[in-house]
Amino acid sequence: MLTTDKSSHRGVWILGEQSKGRVQRITHELLRRGRELADKRRTDLTAVIFGHAIDESDLREVIERGADRVIAMEAPGLAEFLVEPYSACMLRLLAERKPEIVIAGATSLGRTLMPYVAVKANAGLTADCTVLDIEGDTGNLLQTRPAIGGNILATIKTPSHRPQMATVRPRSMRPAERTAGRKGEIIRLVAPAESLASRIKRVAFQSNEEKHALQDADIVVTAGRGIKKGENVKVVEALAKELEAALGASRDVVDRGWLSYPHQVGLSGKTVTPKLYVAVGVSGSIQHLAGMQTSEIIVAINTDPDAQIFNVADFGIVGSLFDVVPALVKALREGKANDQ
Amino acid sequence: MRILCPIKQVPETSSVKMDEATGTMIREGVEAIVNPLDLYAVEAALRLRESQGGEVVALSMGPPAAMTALREVIAMGCDSAVLLSNRAFAGSDTWATGRALSAAIRKLGHFDLILCGERATDGDTGQVGPGIAAFLDLPVATYVGGIDEVDAKHIRVRRLVEDGHEVLDVELPAVLTVVKEIGEARLPTLRGKRRARAAEIPIWGPDEVSAPREEVGLNASPTRVVKIFKPKVARACRKVVAKDESAVQAAVGELVAFLKSKEVI
Ligand SMILES: Cc1cc2nc3c(=O)[nH]c(=O)nc-3n(C[C@H](O)[C@H](O)[C@H](O)COP(=O)(O)OP(=O)(O)OC[C@H]3O[C@@H](n4cnc5c(N)ncnc54)[C@H](O)[C@@H]3O)c2cc1C
Ligand SMILES: Nc1ncnc2c1ncn2[C@@H]1O[C@H](COP(=O)(O)O)[C@@H](O)[C@H]1O
Repeated sequence: MLTTDKSSHRGVWILGEQSKGRVQRITHELLRRGRELADKRRTDLTAVIFGHAIDESDLREVIERGADRVIAMEAPGLAEFLVEPYSACMLRLLAERKPEIVIAGATSLGRTLMPYVAVKANAGLTADCTVLDIEGDTGNLLQTRPAIGGNILATIKTPSHRPQMATVRPRSMRPAERTAGRKGEIIRLVAPAESLASRIKRVAFQSNEEKHALQDADIVVTAGRGIKKGENVKVVEALAKELEAALGASRDVVDRGWLSYPHQVGLSGKTVTPKLYVAVGVSGSIQHLAGMQTSEIIVAINTDPDAQIFNVADFGIVGSLFDVVPALVKALREGKANDQ
Repeated sequence: MRILCPIKQVPETSSVKMDEATGTMIREGVEAIVNPLDLYAVEAALRLRESQGGEVVALSMGPPAAMTALREVIAMGCDSAVLLSNRAFAGSDTWATGRALSAAIRKLGHFDLILCGERATDGDTGQVGPGIAAFLDLPVATYVGGIDEVDAKHIRVRRLVEDGHEVLDVELPAVLTVVKEIGEARLPTLRGKRRARAAEIPIWGPDEVSAPREEVGLNASPTRVVKIFKPKVARACRKVVAKDESAVQAAVGELVAFLKSKEVI
């Protein structure tokens, strides 16, 4: 069996991401996970970011959000993600510094780089984890992820290979809090020229018209099949508008063409972690819950008192959305008027 | 152009039923299908063969029943297929799957392109494609939603990412993993089905692909599943019943007060 000497590996790493030199939000989400693991393991937390001319104050912010050290490896050839230079640089850092745990976002970058690196580093990798923890007696990383269409959760560990690698879904956690003045080390490294060869060239980029309105929203109001007809989307939309919320949809609503795919919340749609999630006429299937159960406050409106959505809700109204939602819109409007 | 498609046989997930007591999947009555994205990869491969000439070879690792999956893609138009099937491969994680598949690919000779699905519906990891690329030391482009141009040395693809798409020029040989935007798969033809029934599909084990036993299967897998359980999430829900109009008013009033107390409105 190909194993590694475990005792020589220490420290938790997160793989940050940047775009045009600016550190991205996923980095701050990973810092929350990484900090927790590092504290449990009584070790330090390092953020590694590949890019070019990365903003200094953004790197300081990474420290203020919980990293003890940030390593920025830079070169013009690292400005955009390319699998070969990124993996060559990462493998170099892994070999030199031997971390015990490496966590990345389950983004288009993380889901490409991590499996490529894991094979070359002879490391175990678990995709799309929802829970990460440290096993008490062994110190192993416990990685929990949904499997078989979200019907089960599996906890996976990597007993004898190091580093232990995992990706976590973006937006499955809020960014780590910032503590102004928190101290740490910023290390800028120039990427070695021999690590920059790439058989892939990025010749153009076309950005989407539609932005991540759903994932950026503080409040999400979601329509489920309980709305019964496409035209009733407007009932739920009125509530979303009143709350200045983004509009979400269950898969059944998207499958029927009542709302488009970018609205879909769940296992095969988006994961959201808003301050408030309002589920209207949503039954709360395991696959839907997979995309929203980490929301701060969950409110559900459903005619069925036994609907599963109530099991994850903080506040539920058992009643017809056609009565409750318009009354709620009216009450919110009046509430606002009274405040003024 | 020589193209290889790794395909996986998976249970039809929308019909999956779970045994509540044991937390395992009830396999009886669940149909086995070719992983849907792998059919898209096969379609892209067949189109490239139509424009460039060459051959398309399918490869699967799985139980003997996965032979059916390989016959299905031959019926679509693949030229030949190989099944990797042996007890020694059992319990493979994505690392060990990539190791075995790449050994078989080496054995099958030079390929210009390896076309995978972005992910399989059962494992749902999306790690095997990039893993094969790493074992074979090839470049990999993931999330490919379109192929714009191809010649003997390069392929130009569209890679769908969070906020748009990249246009990538990839040197051949290379690995691509495809998403559904690449285009829907064709149905098998009658002639194809006849060819598929007659096709000789060799079954290979570790020896045939010159893979040492300690580098395949469970023993070679860095990861171990330690626990399987049913998702359980519970919050203390304040549930208010709103049957008639006055109850609706009361419920809504209480909800607004609740939201104010939590400072979300
Ligand atoms: C592999 C896989 C992936 C999946 N991915 C996703 C995913 O990403 N997202 C997702 O959402 N689903 C997903 N699903 C589908 C999921 O299993 C459910 O089918 C889906 O979430 C159900 O949507 P729904 O709650 O809108 O509809 P239903 O389950 O039909 O629920 C409708 C609810 O509305 C209530 N209702 C009816 N009338 C009213 C009324 N007048 N007022 C108030 N309430 C009313 C009913 O009581 C019921 O609870 C996936 C499934 C599989 C197998
Ligand atoms: N056992 C297997 N046999 C052949 N190809 C596989 C196998 N497992 C995964 N693949 C390929 O790798 C892709 C991604 O699978 P996964 O990493 O399991 O999500 C699939 O779409 C297939 O193209």
